[in-house]
Amino acid sequence: MTSVVVPGATAVDVEGVDTPQSGDQHRTYRAPRPPRPTRYLLGALCVAICTIMVLPIVASVLASVKPTEEAAQTPPTYVPHGLSFDAYRRLWEYQAGLPTYVLNSFGTAMLTVVFTLVLTILAGYGLARFPVPFKEPLFVVLLLALIIPYQALLTPIFLTFADFGLTNSLIGLAIIHTAIQLPFSLYIMRNSFEAVPRELEEAAMIDGANSVQILRRVFLPAVVPAIITVALFAFITSWNEYLGALVMMNKDSKFTLPLILASSRTETSLGGTDWGMLQAGITISIIPCVGVYLLLQKYFVAGFLTGAVK
Amino acid sequence: MRRTRRRKLIGTIYVMPALLFVLAFTVYPFARMFWISLNDWSLITPPEYVGLDNFSRILDDDQFWTSLRFTLKYTIMITPILIIGGYLVALLTASNTKLRRFTRTVLFVPVVIGLGASSLLWYWLFSARYGLVNRVLQDLGLIGEPILWLGTDANLGNWAVIISVVWKVLGFGMILFVAAIQSIPTEVNEAATVDGANGWQRTTRVTLPLTMRTVLLVTLVSVIGSLLAFDQFYLMTAGQPFNQTATSVFYVYLNSFPFLKLGYGAALSLILAFIILIFTVTQMILTRRSQA
Repeated sequence: MTSVVVPGATAVDVEGVDTPQSGDQHRTYRAPRPPRPTRYLLGALCVAICTIMVLPIVASVLASVKPTEEAAQTPPTYVPHGLSFDAYRRLWEYQAGLPTYVLNSFGTAMLTVVFTLVLTILAGYGLARFPVPFKEPLFVVLLLALIIPYQALLTPIFLTFADFGLTNSLIGLAIIHTAIQLPFSLYIMRNSFEAVPRELEEAAMIDGANSVQILRRVFLPAVVPAIITVALFAFITSWNEYLGALVMMNKDSKFTLPLILASSRTETSLGGTDWGMLQAGITISIIPCVGVYLLLQKYFVAGFLTGAVK
Repeated sequence: MRRTRRRKLIGTIYVMPALLFVLAFTVYPFARMFWISLNDWSLITPPEYVGLDNFSRILDDDQFWTSLRFTLKYTIMITPILIIGGYLVALLTASNTKLRRFTRTVLFVPVVIGLGASSLLWYWLFSARYGLVNRVLQDLGLIGEPILWLGTDANLGNWAVIISVVWKVLGFGMILFVAAIQSIPTEVNEAATVDGANGWQRTTRVTLPLTMRTVLLVTLVSVIGSLLAFDQFYLMTAGQPFNQTATSVFYVYLNSFPFLKLGYGAALSLILAFIILIFTVTQMILTRRSQA
């Protein structure tokens, strides 16, 4: 996970809600229209690209509803000949049961969202609106995780967590996920707090409000878009993260969804990998990401443009 | 004066939780890693101070070099595909027609799903007897016998992983490129057209130079991400055959956790961290410049 700030990037939706950037000045250039055959060719290219991108996901969903024997068939069928939810049933009862794993993943993700929001709202407020001593060096320290990849820190983190009994704990894993997300989120928060007009803050000060009241009444409502973006990325990062979970969780009742998916590969039905169950698991782990993305596309893209996340 | 001092204090208090968090979970582990790397430590036995032994052992460790070489090879192979591919799709979809917007939305879907989930999805697609890739190739008459993509041939495995990762992250570069292309002021292109520049010339002489900084940044992000590759290889090739496709992070993981050679794992981590550092610092300098 790395962050980058992209020059000149403001709000361009993936889907492309026409966002006038700064009036007419920035309307996208309309090239003279290419001749008709070229236009059709480019259109066809778009359709072809869409098809290629979607096919693997469609194939996975279709494979998850194949009847058990068909899922283990070789060569594989393209489209299921029958419809069955056996694979989901097997996944439901696999090891500690699917509900446990979904709850572990969901719980960790929600904790990550809460930790990230609390830390970055407070720090963003402090850095943006107060004359904090040594502000810029402090900001660099807070962004240190950008320079030191967490993949390289797993050994000492594991040992430290072992001392505190934080291995095999959702809180421990959420702390790691928060550490991954912190620089990106803090960056967004600070910018967003800085963008709030001074007058609003001053008016509240004159009314005698203290800093906590000002944060609650003036700033929080003003930074809602940043809160949504930060929460969204924290949730998705945590829900999808694999290596940290692999290192921290070694009891299978504490596994998150990606872990149990990986270990279900070795599970056999009819003498091989249970491909149907694997695809059922993949389908389930994809649904929240794609759903949230389609619903909140605007915030996603805003996030990707200010601090890109991988 | 008193009021300023008070506000300094209040501000510091607000920053404190985040600062303590970073000190505890980034700075302290990093410092501890230095210490661990100077020890021979297998978790079961107590740590024994060995100085720089771990580092000199790394230099003679064939698997370390194999992993590093393979990671670099993977990075060098995938980065141009991601950048050139991402830029081409961005050029194709930068205008805001309905079809283009829809294409962007679809291209971006794999970016939001997990690398673990996508790796397992492709692990199935590339499986020799149960996967659809071989089925399609056979039906098209391109191959006779199913190909063993994963686990027996390092090159085939690498390509299978590259295909899966390109599918997953192409939309990431695309969206940043589209934003950069769209932020080019209209007049620039209009002037070029008036001067008689055709589409190709506008692309190479106007669009590309004006979006170069974004290209550079996306390249750096891709390089850093690829140098840290783990999930895709761990899940798809499991490092096989003979750990030839075990990346650097993979090797750190193997030493630290299944093998429990903590000191050696920490020394490997440090070397990895320093390699990454070169790229992240470059990235930060670039970012800072572009803000000004």
